[in-house]
Amino acid sequence: MSEHSTYTPGSGLEKWLDERLPIIRFSKEHLMDFPTPKNLNYWWTFGAILVMCLGIQIVTGVILAMHYTPNIGMAFDSVEHIRRDVNGGRMIQSFHAVGASMFFAAVYIHIFRGMYFGSYKAPREILWILGVLIFVLMMATAFMGYVLPWGQMSGWAATVITNIFAAIPVIGTPLLELLRGGFSVGNPTLNRFFSLHYLLPFVIAAVVALHIWALHVPGNNNPIGVDVKDSRDTLPFHPYYTMKDAFGMVLFLIPFVWFAFFAPDILGHPDNYIQFDSQVTPAHIVPEWYFLPFYAILRAIDFNLLFINSKLLGVMFFIGSIVILFLLPWLDTAKVRSGSFRPMFKWFYWLFVINFIGLTYLGAQPAEGIYVLLSKVCTAYYFIHFVVILPVVSCIEKPRPLPTSISESVLAKSHA
Amino acid sequence: MATEAQHSTTRRDFLFVATGAVAGVGAAATIWPLINQMNPDASTLAVASVEFNLNGIESGQSVTILWRGLPVFVRNRTDKEVEEAKAVPMAELRDPETDEQRTKKGHENWLIMIANCTHLGCIPTGESGEFDGWSCPCHGSQFDTAGRVRKGPAPTNLVVPPYEFISDTLVRIG
Ligand code: HEM
Ligand code: FES
Repeated sequence: MSEHSTYTPGSGLEKWLDERLPIIRFSKEHLMDFPTPKNLNYWWTFGAILVMCLGIQIVTGVILAMHYTPNIGMAFDSVEHIRRDVNGGRMIQSFHAVGASMFFAAVYIHIFRGMYFGSYKAPREILWILGVLIFVLMMATAFMGYVLPWGQMSGWAATVITNIFAAIPVIGTPLLELLRGGFSVGNPTLNRFFSLHYLLPFVIAAVVALHIWALHVPGNNNPIGVDVKDSRDTLPFHPYYTMKDAFGMVLFLIPFVWFAFFAPDILGHPDNYIQFDSQVTPAHIVPEWYFLPFYAILRAIDFNLLFINSKLLGVMFFIGSIVILFLLPWLDTAKVRSGSFRPMFKWFYWLFVINFIGLTYLGAQPAEGIYVLLSKVCTAYYFIHFVVILPVVSCIEKPRPLPTSISESVLAKSHA
Repeated sequence: MATEAQHSTTRRDFLFVATGAVAGVGAAATIWPLINQMNPDASTLAVASVEFNLNGIESGQSVTILWRGLPVFVRNRTDKEVEEAKAVPMAELRDPETDEQRTKKGHENWLIMIANCTHLGCIPTGESGEFDGWSCPCHGSQFDTAGRVRKGPAPTNLVVPPYEFISDTLVRIG
């Protein structure tokens, strides 16, 4: 979709530039004139919100790195130093820590938006896959960032998560020692995590560029999931969606700054204000809230299956729960995209959401009593949704009739 | 003509593959040191063994010491704990090992093992759980008085490091 530009270089200088590096033309085509379905709702502003979040993390992060010391003897104190002594450091640190949570809140909304409106279906499979890849990179980045303050939760998260790799047969233990740079989590671990925590956000930015490229080939999906047919279905991205996105960002920033100003620690864990002690695990360790659903899945598997031991099996389910997202475009074979026109899918979608929230809740509970059983049930349902329910529903469901075009559905709504 | 053309094609193919193979080996040889630098360094490997004096650890008392950066439990077990461990039928164990296999002859009261849970590495709490041994705060694994896994996601018993008694009160780990 690159033929929509109305760009004619105004001045001689612009013409000169256009013949050498058509960067103004490119920006105009992709950031201003880009034809965008006119029925996009606020769920579609989360893409722009995510770009803002990445920007906030990079700016605050580079500043934190000017004051942070990646050494096990000094890391904990250097973060306290940032919070207490550095000019404005308290705000910059809390924007970065709260920013990670808000980033994940936005990405979960963005992913569930895609799941409801079938945005992963042809011709947007690559777009979806790049999105899941960004999600994985975000998890790696946030995990390594969480280790940097070197509190009890930091150190034990590093221990537990690196140990996941030890479950791999044969190469597990050498791989674990390679990752940690030692037999246990120590200074080499912290130092490399800092290096990678600095690097990965820029890798994410590059994948985001590919993600948007893959978006601009077929163009946006939309709430009714019907393809754009002609120019009556679209509006230029600027000013219509630049303004809508900007408004969405402002709304999103309200809870963001509320947390950063008034409750910067509410999403964290008090144990992380105790320096890491490799000899004492806190009585109740929980990961950051955004990892809880996957953590619940990891923990739910406490039994052996055939020749696979419980540890490896748990790790397989854990990895599987993310890998299965890559396969989603081929598991849901229904032609109709939008959940609004799929009477059966809609119910199962909401069940899946409730189940996912259930896993989040269970991931924070101690592994005892009824929670153990519930975790197993919810884990099973998570996978059943993908490998049984979606393919079966796609076959047996009779979708509701679709509007013939986007403009028709918009007009029908305004007449009703 | 035809054979000559074929001949020269195979020759080219050979050179092509051979060049590719050499380049591949070269690339791998370049990448390996870039990865290998992440492995435990000389200073980490240097602290491979420690000696530890058992004097002063009373029956029923445990201490945690460090070996290669890993915490190690040293527990002077009570007679009751040793008996409990010996009484467990092998069939009940996920990772069957007798109490004798996990201790040194003549020093059965001493249980020395790496403190990291064999699930994902947390440090289990001592003298707790349903089996009077250890219970892990992270995902609920439980170990008996010989440090053998009895319940939860841990696949194997707590690991006994290589160690020997130099005298009745001195052990060398590693
Ligand atoms: C994808 C974007 C990023 C995410 C999700 C992220 C996440 C995090 C998290 C969760 C923490 C721990 C905060 C705490 O609990 O106190 C952290 C710390 C840190 N991050 Fe990032 N980060 C990102 C980008 C960056 C960038 C680009 C830098 C630049 C160097 C950076 C530098 C730091 C530093 C120095 C710390 C330690 C200080 C502290 O704990 O607040 N981060 N990050
Ligand atoms: S680390 Fe001990 S049960 Fe998971």
